[in-house]
Amino acid sequence: MNTVRNNPAGGPAGSSAGDAIRTKNLTRSYGKARGIIDLNLCVKEGEFFGFIGPNGAGKSTTIRTLLGLIRPDSGSGEIFGKDIVKEKKAILKEVGYLPSEAVFYQGMRVREILKLSADLRKKDCSQRARQLCERLQLDVSRKVEELSFGNRKKVGIVCALQHDPRLLVLDEPTSGLDPLMQREFFNILKERNREGVTIFLSSHILSEIQQNCTRTAIVREGQITACDSVEALMKTSAKRVVVHGGIRTEMIPGIRDLQQMDHGWSFLYTGDMNELIRVLSQCHITDLSVSEPDLEEIFMHYYQDGGEAR
Amino acid sequence: MTLIKHELKQGGLSLMIWTVSIAFLLVVCILLYPEMKSDMNDVSDLFASMGSFTEAFGMDQVSFGTLEGFYAVECGNILGLGGAFFAAFCAAAMLSKEEKEHTAEFLLTHPVSRAKIITDKLIALMLQIIILNAVNLAVSLVSIAWIGEDIMWKELLLLHLAYFLLQVELAGICFGISAFLRKGSLGIGLGIATVLYFLNLIANISDQAEFLNYITPFGYAEGTDIVTNASLDGRLVALGMVYGLLGIAAAYWQYCGKDIR
Repeated sequence: MNTVRNNPAGGPAGSSAGDAIRTKNLTRSYGKARGIIDLNLCVKEGEFFGFIGPNGAGKSTTIRTLLGLIRPDSGSGEIFGKDIVKEKKAILKEVGYLPSEAVFYQGMRVREILKLSADLRKKDCSQRARQLCERLQLDVSRKVEELSFGNRKKVGIVCALQHDPRLLVLDEPTSGLDPLMQREFFNILKERNREGVTIFLSSHILSEIQQNCTRTAIVREGQITACDSVEALMKTSAKRVVVHGGIRTEMIPGIRDLQQMDHGWSFLYTGDMNELIRVLSQCHITDLSVSEPDLEEIFMHYYQDGGEAR
Repeated sequence: MTLIKHELKQGGLSLMIWTVSIAFLLVVCILLYPEMKSDMNDVSDLFASMGSFTEAFGMDQVSFGTLEGFYAVECGNILGLGGAFFAAFCAAAMLSKEEKEHTAEFLLTHPVSRAKIITDKLIALMLQIIILNAVNLAVSLVSIAWIGEDIMWKELLLLHLAYFLLQVELAGICFGISAFLRKGSLGIGLGIATVLYFLNLIANISDQAEFLNYITPFGYAEGTDIVTNASLDGRLVALGMVYGLLGIAAAYWQYCGKDIR
């Protein structure tokens, strides 16, 4: 695996042509609380990029710094080669942003919000807005404060997409959306991605990233611990195995996080599956489950390994 | 333009309520005048002999029996205080409400510079103050004509100009404070207006405290002084405008680099 802890984003240093997002040692803390530390990130134009990490890892801080809502303490960042501090306005013209919690002005109707957003961009987006509202089944005559969380999210989605941005920044976009809507939403994203739009998807839901992204960065405690194609990341990640019955764990190479339970063992397995089955077949076991480790375990994996090959 | 229109729409209801309330009180006061005029000689004596209470409201300087005197004290307090409350409350919320109501993230991720946002919000704020004052002046003129009194143009316009300037100054100061706030602007706005009002009352009572008039805009918006002198104190007004401008400058300085959480 080609991740290096201090420069996990990879890519040739210095050149920024063809990069949608590039940060260099981007650092931002909130008083004593950690935000992000020396974050190096590189997203190529046209990528469907996943940004995954547990709550409080620094995902939103990264996004808010990139969009100029907060200032970096040190380091620098560029979007389409433009400086995130000095050329904020030019950047925001080409970016569509969906916040994790979309909040709008009280008393306004959905139609008015969409119009306001388009007017602030000095762009007529009514046709695009109509198409999007139809696909997402959003009633534009409702008042925003009457909307459910999911429907408010849809308003945010239309605001982020209606002006045809070159880069879409999505902060936990699917929370509140029902499964059918999630599918439609990702269909729209994939269509846009095929048209060349870069998508930066921040999430703590692994399956979302797995199914949609081409490349992913894992962020933990304000730093990127791994950045690679999704397949490569998943391949290196372990399986959680729970075995009930009498087994001799020392016979199995490549296990980690071994825990004894009431009638068996639970461990992470990173070795060859056939080898595991061969060993287990020689033991008397009453129950067996092999599952994807949850996200936290994958983080643990990258955290403990420090990004080195397994 | 978009943002100015948006602000005016958002603040429309509040502006209407304040304007109508102040105008209503003004009308009631003016309509009471003819009735009071006949009993006024006694009342004037009474009002002129209440010691520091009389001084606080400047009632030792003007005759309550004339419309100017009556207007300067009664309507002056309504319009002076009411307008000041509106200006302070509206200005203190102007920038901070976006963060308080979590709409800052929406607004500030559009390609509009922070300076432009501040400018547009400031214009919207001043427009609202102008509307409130224009309506109230018109209501006053109509009401005075209604009760059949001669309109004392110079005094009346000077009074309204003074209250307008007072509101502009307060708005400028509170607008600056608004840039620093994240929530709870209502109390701060009204608090500032109230404190400045009382500073003026204190300045009127005690000669030693007269310097306070250099701090509070109510110092140059003293209705009784204006009517007596038929002019505004240019020095105090200029100083007040400087305070207002400092507030506005602080707003730009703070908000352009502010972290939005």
